[in-house]
Amino acid sequence: MSELSVDHLLGIKYLKKEDIELIFQTADHFKEVINRPIKKVPSLRDVTIANLFFENSTRTRLSFELAEKRLSADVVNFSAASSSVKKGETLIDTVNNILSMKVDMVVMRHPNPGAGIFLSKHVNASIINAGDGAHEHPTQALLDSYSIREKLGEVAGKKVVIVGDILHSRVALSNIFALKLQGAEVKVCGPTTLIPKYITSLGVEVETNLRKALEWCDVANMLRVQHERMDISYFPSTREYVQLFGVNKAILDSLDKEIVVMHPGPINRGVEITSDVADSDQAIILDQVQNGVAVRMAVIYLLASKIKQL
Amino acid sequence: MSQKVLLTSKEMNIILHRLACQLVENHNNLENSVLIGIQPRGVYLAHRIEKILEEEYGLTGIKLGHLDITFYRDDFRRSDKPLEANKTRIDFVVEDKRVIFIDDVLYTGRSIRAALTAIQSFGRPKEIELLTLIDRRFSRHLPIQPDYNGRQVDAINEEKVKVNWQENEGEDAVYLISK
Repeated sequence: MSELSVDHLLGIKYLKKEDIELIFQTADHFKEVINRPIKKVPSLRDVTIANLFFENSTRTRLSFELAEKRLSADVVNFSAASSSVKKGETLIDTVNNILSMKVDMVVMRHPNPGAGIFLSKHVNASIINAGDGAHEHPTQALLDSYSIREKLGEVAGKKVVIVGDILHSRVALSNIFALKLQGAEVKVCGPTTLIPKYITSLGVEVETNLRKALEWCDVANMLRVQHERMDISYFPSTREYVQLFGVNKAILDSLDKEIVVMHPGPINRGVEITSDVADSDQAIILDQVQNGVAVRMAVIYLLASKIKQL
Repeated sequence: MSQKVLLTSKEMNIILHRLACQLVENHNNLENSVLIGIQPRGVYLAHRIEKILEEEYGLTGIKLGHLDITFYRDDFRRSDKPLEANKTRIDFVVEDKRVIFIDDVLYTGRSIRAALTAIQSFGRPKEIELLTLIDRRFSRHLPIQPDYNGRQVDAINEEKVKVNWQENEGEDAVYLISK
């Protein structure tokens, strides 16, 4: 296969296994490119991409922008804080205004789940979902799987536990879809209040004992506690959360195997993981960030190749 | 579809030796020169030339890289079938080196144009030369000519030149295929 089966990247749910393989193979090439003395290829010279961020982001936005620039695309940035959205413009109007300035592709982060899907039905451009509410964050899941593949050889058959705030996490949902699609086993672990009721319908198991989860897994993906999305109190105190679900070096060292620790960032040091874990050789957090650029280049390149020209 | 043999295994062997000989003539022991095989099909030729240089001329430490030009092509989003990338493997810097591009068939010259851009990502070479096994003359779209050439061929546009290699197709031969 040499072409994606989709025209937009709205979520992992819409991808096939072969799509993920193609993205990873392409990302391998781009990973080589971004480690060259000159880290840029001219493929997307004639493509213009708008990054629309209706919600704050540092890492994802920077990663997308670097990926676009390393493919030589023209980039325009937009953040909701300084836009006409504040003046009452609708999403479709905002995007159509931007598209009428001849933009080919839109990378969008939005606080509402399904915003990307809605947009893809109403505007004429290729859409990449960079996170829509608590729904999906497909490029993060792709780079997580890519990092597992790089570290452990393959994703199929690996045991992955996702720890933390599963309820508010788009990273968790996209990761579950991506990992299951590639044949990995997945467990989620966290306070029962932060685990969605019907999560087992996605084919994952729930484990509320962190130690048991860590003993079972090859990879632990530690999610951030998203205080900003919590309208009510889901656990008594941060201190209690740390004691029950925080990973420290002592727990890792007491396991009979060396597991891989991942974190999508930003880290709350001392909450999900302690500093000595984050900075240890078992953590591949900075590899994830580097792979993020290569994977996003691959996604943008493959989607751009489907926009037929002239 | 019919096919005609352009070069037999024996003829190819003679030509490969001549090309290697010409390289030595111009580049001595290749101390300051690097061979770059253009992906995908130029790589076979590059390794064959390397082998002759090592075995016949006793050269050691030849620098040989593979260059993939997919992301530098000028037909991205224009061709009907999607472009598939290959591996680039250049583990040396080409800064101030004499670079020899190696490709099996020179046709429109567009691949070489892309390669000229691509190689800049690895430094500023002192000079760049081009070695090809088959030169399809009269079909160039760009002002690009080979410095070392195996055989010139007059082929019309609908015809295809196919180079087979022992290590890939099980035989050394060049065919002219017409529809």
